[in-house]
Amino acid sequence: MISLLLIIPLSSAFLIPIIGKRIKWTGGAISSLAAFALAANSFVIISNLMKYKTLLYKFGAFPPPAGISLIVDGLSVFLLITVNVVAFLIALFSMDYMKQYTDRWKFYTLFMFMLAGVNGVLIAGDIFNLYVFLEVAAIAGYFLVGFGVRDEELEAAFKYAVMGSVASIFILLGIGLLYSYTSTLNMAEMARILPQTGTSSLVTFVSVLFLMGFGLKAALVPFHSWLPYAHSQAPAPISAMLSGVSIKVLGIYALARIFFNVLGMTPAVCFILIALAVLSMVAGSIMAFGQSDIKRLFAYSSISQIGYIALGLGIGTPLAISGALFHLFNHSIFKSLLFLNSGSIEYAAGTRDLNRIRNVIREDPVTGYTNLIGSLSICGVPPLGGFWSKLIIILACIQANHPILAFVAAVVSMLTLAYYFKALTPALFGTHATAGIKASGRKISFAMAAPMVILAILVVISGMMLLPNPGRELLKGAANVLQNGRNYGK
Amino acid sequence: MTVYILCLILFSIGLYCVVRKRNLIKIIIGIGIMDYAVNLFFVLIGYREGGRSPIFASDQVIDKMVDPLPQSLVLTSIVIGLAITLLLVAIAIRIYEKYGTFDITKINKLKG
Amino acid sequence: MKYIREDKGMTLIVKSVTRLTLGFILLYGIYITLNGHAGPGGGFAGGVIVALSFVHIMLAFGKEVALKRLRAWLLRVSIGIAALIFLYVAVIRSSFVSCPVFSTEVIIPLCEMVIVGGGLFAIFIALVLLSKGDKDAE
Repeated sequence: MISLLLIIPLSSAFLIPIIGKRIKWTGGAISSLAAFALAANSFVIISNLMKYKTLLYKFGAFPPPAGISLIVDGLSVFLLITVNVVAFLIALFSMDYMKQYTDRWKFYTLFMFMLAGVNGVLIAGDIFNLYVFLEVAAIAGYFLVGFGVRDEELEAAFKYAVMGSVASIFILLGIGLLYSYTSTLNMAEMARILPQTGTSSLVTFVSVLFLMGFGLKAALVPFHSWLPYAHSQAPAPISAMLSGVSIKVLGIYALARIFFNVLGMTPAVCFILIALAVLSMVAGSIMAFGQSDIKRLFAYSSISQIGYIALGLGIGTPLAISGALFHLFNHSIFKSLLFLNSGSIEYAAGTRDLNRIRNVIREDPVTGYTNLIGSLSICGVPPLGGFWSKLIIILACIQANHPILAFVAAVVSMLTLAYYFKALTPALFGTHATAGIKASGRKISFAMAAPMVILAILVVISGMMLLPNPGRELLKGAANVLQNGRNYGK
Repeated sequence: MTVYILCLILFSIGLYCVVRKRNLIKIIIGIGIMDYAVNLFFVLIGYREGGRSPIFASDQVIDKMVDPLPQSLVLTSIVIGLAITLLLVAIAIRIYEKYGTFDITKINKLKG
Repeated sequence: MKYIREDKGMTLIVKSVTRLTLGFILLYGIYITLNGHAGPGGGFAGGVIVALSFVHIMLAFGKEVALKRLRAWLLRVSIGIAALIFLYVAVIRSSFVSCPVFSTEVIIPLCEMVIVGGGLFAIFIALVLLSKGDKDAE
């Protein structure tokens, strides 16, 4: 059942090139079906996880320290649900959206490779397998950013690919050093051996390498410069996938897993993570002010929101960790919703320029209202999920005796409200039509509208996750895994 | 110890090449050099002084073998490096078609 | 013979030598593939040699001849099928039938050869023809 998480996306990725070129509609159908099966499978895994605390799959039935293993615990399953549900909705959306492009089967093949890589990162119990799956997802991502081969897209893809591969090489160097120090690659075994050998300057060096590598994948601020290009130039479903799934799993999840469960959070690492987080929050929201491209606006806001997640992880108290994970879930949902919205606006209006998009709510109510809900949630308007997660993080800052951080987080939240208000109010409500939304005469279809509506409903009900219900248990389980520190895999 | 330092120097040359050079192809070569430096480092980790190749046969004792695990990791890592190089070269060729130059300072249609 | 008359590609010497050695290179690739169980070799190395034999044709005779022998769709479909067989063997943990010709020791290196050879040749074609996108059929 754990192995199905890899078998389903890989088999569909190999099936699509065989039949997808001749029979055009099969690519979208197969990838949507596979993503749906993955989402369903993740729910089955939850019900099993209720009985046992961790699930283990052994390759070739060799026991873990020697053999390769796949491990699913509370944190993995929390992200598996998020990732696969979002990916299913994005696959549905891309069925009609991708009709503007030729060679669609290549898109779906690479999309399934990316999904396989992301799922693999989440369930790998072995640090080198984590690296390999990370590379599969990242390479598929590089291809997909440059999918429509226009000038700017190729340039963005090249930038992303160069920066991403340098980051990957740093990660690989770190893995090599760790292997030479502990002579194992299994993360649970590594977590057992590292405390016995005492502190060493090598572990500090590896921490720096991992902070650079995963920090670049997560687009924390000194390493962020690829993100606005890649996210704004990719096709809209891929922007949603990169922002909603990729930077979280390849960046934040891998960072959290390795630092909390393997290397251990030292005060220095916490300090660096908090510093990077504050930089990301402030710089991302300030740079978002001047943007006139709707996708670049969302991309900079992604940098700023990733800062919140890293801030929660860096503070490291139980409340802060659950706030960070909750914000990760919320951001994954509303940012993919916003990128799908930007895709449907571009599909209908033929432009991404905020100065030319007007009156979306009147002309295209589905996009307009879902966009309004997503924006309200990201700005932190009370009944929606984004408000609660930001509130938890701010409260955790105060509780952990960091009033300045709480103040910064609150100010950035207001800045978010300000730039969304400034940028989107004319686009959604403004009436003096210079270009109007119906410039291209294309209307969004049902398959494009349905995922946006479902995501908007999820955004509305995600605030309920704090009330006693299964969702809260899921969040608590995920936060427990990080708090337990080096008891990973037990 | 000397080999590790040489390996580090190789890595630094690659990093310098990626950061400093303006030609797309030279950047790709720099990434290749970095990749191979890390692969070399992996092989060096597994090396034992005077060790023999890690092929196991029934009449041999397991003594003085080099560590086979880093070697298998290097194989995987080489394939990943191949995929990245291929991708970068393909994109560079397409960029040359569109812009007519390999100079990154002249490839600047993206603003901001 | 009919290739030689075409004025595409390299000189007569290269074409003749290619025609003579081509079969041996292909055979050697398959030998390496099947021999990997007990000695050095295996699907990866064999696949590289098989791909090199096609690259050899392409260099000597020009791309039209090579693509006439091995069409792009055939490449794509064979890579896909080989990879699916790989997954099938991994899931079922045995081969299809009890016939010894199709046992896992034969099937897995052969599939690997097809994937690696096809993938490398596809990369070569893609870089030569500057076609849209590439496959990452690693």
